Amino acid sequence: MSIKVRYFASLKENLAKSEDIVDSQKNMTVADVWLLANPDKIISENTLAAVNMDYVALTQAVNAGDEVAFFPPVTGG
Amino acid sequence: MKVKIVETTLNPWQEVEDYQQEAIALRGKFGATNIFIGTMRDFNEGDEVTAMTLEHYAGMTEKQLENIIKEAMQQWDVLDVLIVHRVGELLPNQPIVLVAVWTSHRGDAFDASRYIMEALKTKAPFWKKETLVNGSRWVDKNTDGYKKS
Repeated sequence: MSIKVRYFASLKENLAKSEDIVDSQKNMTVADVWLLANPDKIISENTLAAVNMDYVALTQAVNAGDEVAFFPPVTGG
Repeated sequence: MKVKIVETTLNPWQEVEDYQQEAIALRGKFGATNIFIGTMRDFNEGDEVTAMTLEHYAGMTEKQLENIIKEAMQQWDVLDVLIVHRVGELLPNQPIVLVAVWTSHRGDAFDASRYIMEALKTKAPFWKKETLVNGSRWVDKNTDGYKKS
């Protein structure tokens, strides 16, 4: 099973991609997912993360089949 | 309650009228309706803004907005809530967001509406990209709604 990774807004533009697919591993966290998908890029301090459309910390565990998203601070309204 | 994301022009007055007509459970029960409408300006951070693109995370947006409405309903006596938010290409003077709150008494309507709007600004995954006279830029953060400007 794999994990779908999605990027939005300025982060999507900076990375020049809107999504990745990574292979799930045991005891994986959101931070691990970022590292697998973006081995050359340090995650910026203000990047927000979500798992299955709920906000999470980077230490949150991730399971096979989850959708992980990374994006900058939100600016709607 | 209802959460709606629209890609075409948002007419907040029509949305409120249509929703209220259909909400039979509200009839005779509500004494207060608080309506907030956010509209696109033609300036930001001292620059002229000619257009704007609003991106969103479909699915998460609706989920977060529904959570925000539930949080408001736990704190105040709220009968119903309607949120409509634009995405896509916008021009100055076009409405961006509508938050309408129906309650029995005005205090709950004002307070719940403010709560929903401030929570939307910090939790709902929308992102604005402004078109300026010379190029474009992402809005990097929302301002604090409680801070006096």
